[in-house]
Amino acid sequence: MDEKTLRAIIEEVLKEVGEAKTTAVKPQAPPLQITEAGPAARGTDPREVVIALSPAFGGKLTQSITGIPLGDALREVTAGIEEEGLKYRFIRVFRTADVGFIAHEAAKLSGSGIGIGIQSRGTTVIHQKDLPPLSNLELFSQAPLIDLETFRAIGKNAAKYAKNEGPTPVPVRNDQMARPKYQAIAALLHIKECELLVDGKPVQELKVQL
Amino acid sequence: MARSKRFEALDARPVNQDGFVTEWPEVGMIAMENPGDPKPSIKIQNGKIVELDGKQRADFDMIDTFIADYAIKLENAEAANALDSLEIARKLVDFNCPRSEVIKITTALTPAKLTEAVSLLTVVEMMQAVNKLRAREMPANQCHVTNVKDNPVQIAADAAEAAVRGFAEQETTVGIVRYAPFNALSLMIGANVGRPGILTQCAVEEATELDLGMRGFTAYAETVSVYGTEPVFIDGDDTPWSKSFLASCYASRGLKMRFTSGTGSEVQMGYAEGRSMLYLEARCLYITKGAGSQGTQNGSVSCCGVPAAVPSGIRAMLAENLIAMALDLECASSNDQTFTHSDLRRVARSLMQFAPGTDFICSGYSATPNYDNMFAGSNWDADDYDDWNIIQRDLKIDGGLSPVTEDEVVAARNKAARVIQALFRELGLTEITDAEVEAATYARGSQDMPDRNVVEDLKAADAMLQRGVTSVDFVKALYRAGFEDVAQSIYSILMQRISADYLHTSAILTNEFKVVSAVNYPNDYHGPKTGYQISDERWAQIKNIRQAIDPATI
Repeated sequence: MDEKTLRAIIEEVLKEVGEAKTTAVKPQAPPLQITEAGPAARGTDPREVVIALSPAFGGKLTQSITGIPLGDALREVTAGIEEEGLKYRFIRVFRTADVGFIAHEAAKLSGSGIGIGIQSRGTTVIHQKDLPPLSNLELFSQAPLIDLETFRAIGKNAAKYAKNEGPTPVPVRNDQMARPKYQAIAALLHIKECELLVDGKPVQELKVQL
Repeated sequence: MARSKRFEALDARPVNQDGFVTEWPEVGMIAMENPGDPKPSIKIQNGKIVELDGKQRADFDMIDTFIADYAIKLENAEAANALDSLEIARKLVDFNCPRSEVIKITTALTPAKLTEAVSLLTVVEMMQAVNKLRAREMPANQCHVTNVKDNPVQIAADAAEAAVRGFAEQETTVGIVRYAPFNALSLMIGANVGRPGILTQCAVEEATELDLGMRGFTAYAETVSVYGTEPVFIDGDDTPWSKSFLASCYASRGLKMRFTSGTGSEVQMGYAEGRSMLYLEARCLYITKGAGSQGTQNGSVSCCGVPAAVPSGIRAMLAENLIAMALDLECASSNDQTFTHSDLRRVARSLMQFAPGTDFICSGYSATPNYDNMFAGSNWDADDYDDWNIIQRDLKIDGGLSPVTEDEVVAARNKAARVIQALFRELGLTEITDAEVEAATYARGSQDMPDRNVVEDLKAADAMLQRGVTSVDFVKALYRAGFEDVAQSIYSILMQRISADYLHTSAILTNEFKVVSAVNYPNDYHGPKTGYQISDERWAQIKNIRQAIDPATI
């Protein structure tokens, strides 16, 4: 199978999944515009939450595993943060596509010590800087179950952690049939993420046009 | 074109909701026999491996180095690797060649050589080999006890029921990480209410998991993950040496531990280096062996959907279990993750281990309905209990479970819920109400449980760790609360750490806390009517299903 065949398969699956989900997804949103703005700095503002994106997020990959446009996902996360009166900042990680490490990177650079890591397929983690990298405050491991409402709740809760409020975690969801349906596709999407890793490239500050 | 009604019906079948992909050898999306797999070779100079599977030492990556230095028995290596792979394959299957002789050869082979030999077998031959090479004489089973609300009362009740049903080991994990101390505690108590001597674990981030073990909240650990390529290892901030260190940490505290790995994980994480899933898993198992772990949980495990999507993937999962056994490791053989919508496929997949028997056939079987399984669903769940029991009865095989009565189950669940209620009170944790005890006694799953105050639970769990509470405090609190029998059981589990006999390969405990392992009960199968035989007493248990009509009653 070559690159073109793979792309066709992914697109076909995303299309099918998208069709099944059309009620949940808004009509075609404007594409995300993301530009790099140099190496990311450590923030000092205790009222910020840093959002870290995986290598292919919004570039090579524009939809989550269930076809949610990634711009819509970010709009919800940031709206959740704003509702709590906090600010946000975007970065991109190039050394790993592992969502735990991506989120931990966000937390370490965040003025509040709270960060969110998101992979292109939708898998998301809320992290805190002084936790072990593979631990987390909240983990949303089943990408197919994350809808727009959940993305907003994730933003809101991250902001609450930043304010030291100890929120009730976003209710955990579980679907035992997510793996049979999506795991092989998730593997293909992850291979795409990993192809964009750049060894030694520092974390970049991003300008994101939502 | 008009649609064929037959194809329409076929399209609607559950199996057609599964994801399938064609092989893609260049990125490692292939289960076995990838043309890109290395050809077996070994050269030893001055007691050191200088060439391994086609690579010179100067070109070794860290995994090659680790395997060459620690995982291959050198005394016999040149002779063993010089054998024809087909001859080795035949020895794996031939019951005239005893396990002890096979192990001498297989533990001296290179990863590519053992992979090549195993790949020559059909699944029926592999099952025959598993029957002979399983380390412990008798098979057993492990379960998952979790729920989507992380409700501790339900965990205790489900664990007690699972113990009554026969699981020798039980595993929990979390929806919310900070619930881990409560989940681990509730599992340990509930399981040992159901049947004294059940070993329990809590699968979470590795440092947290070790910490819970050291505090005595668990009796063993399983989630020590290893990978078959260097980039995947590094992506997790780990090396074979750091995993060995972690293994030693458990051993130093007298805690049972096994590694975990499985086909598909490297391709899932994007770095399969153009190798087959089985060859990379063989490397994982050699790392496991080299690190001194007594065993492994393998069989693709949480990556099950990847090999299951490609040809011969289910065969690869059996093959990897067989490689683990051929390396003389305890094998908890997966069967623990949903990979299909089809009931036919899930039974076909499990029969590979269920029929010959492994150290733990499932690792684990969901002791709740799958909607509560926080490992994202198991291949078997609580709603399948009767199916499992009846398949044991149909085939006269021992899958580790027994039919039980409703009265027994209700009584065990109720006691576990009352014990955890009293323990929470004695330890000054959050309140467990009588209504929750009642609900847990009769619940099928968390949909039948009242909601708890999550924020208060998380605060109490954290404060308990801050106070330095250990399982010695559980024993004292249980004693004060009047549950002396449960206090005695938890105390006896802790005492295992001092003798540490349960660190031997494939160890489980009887209800009298006697160790049953590959050391005192080795598998000595050498043909019909040898090895593990279902006793009359055990067969009477397996046969005794509540659904059967006694002719005398008609």
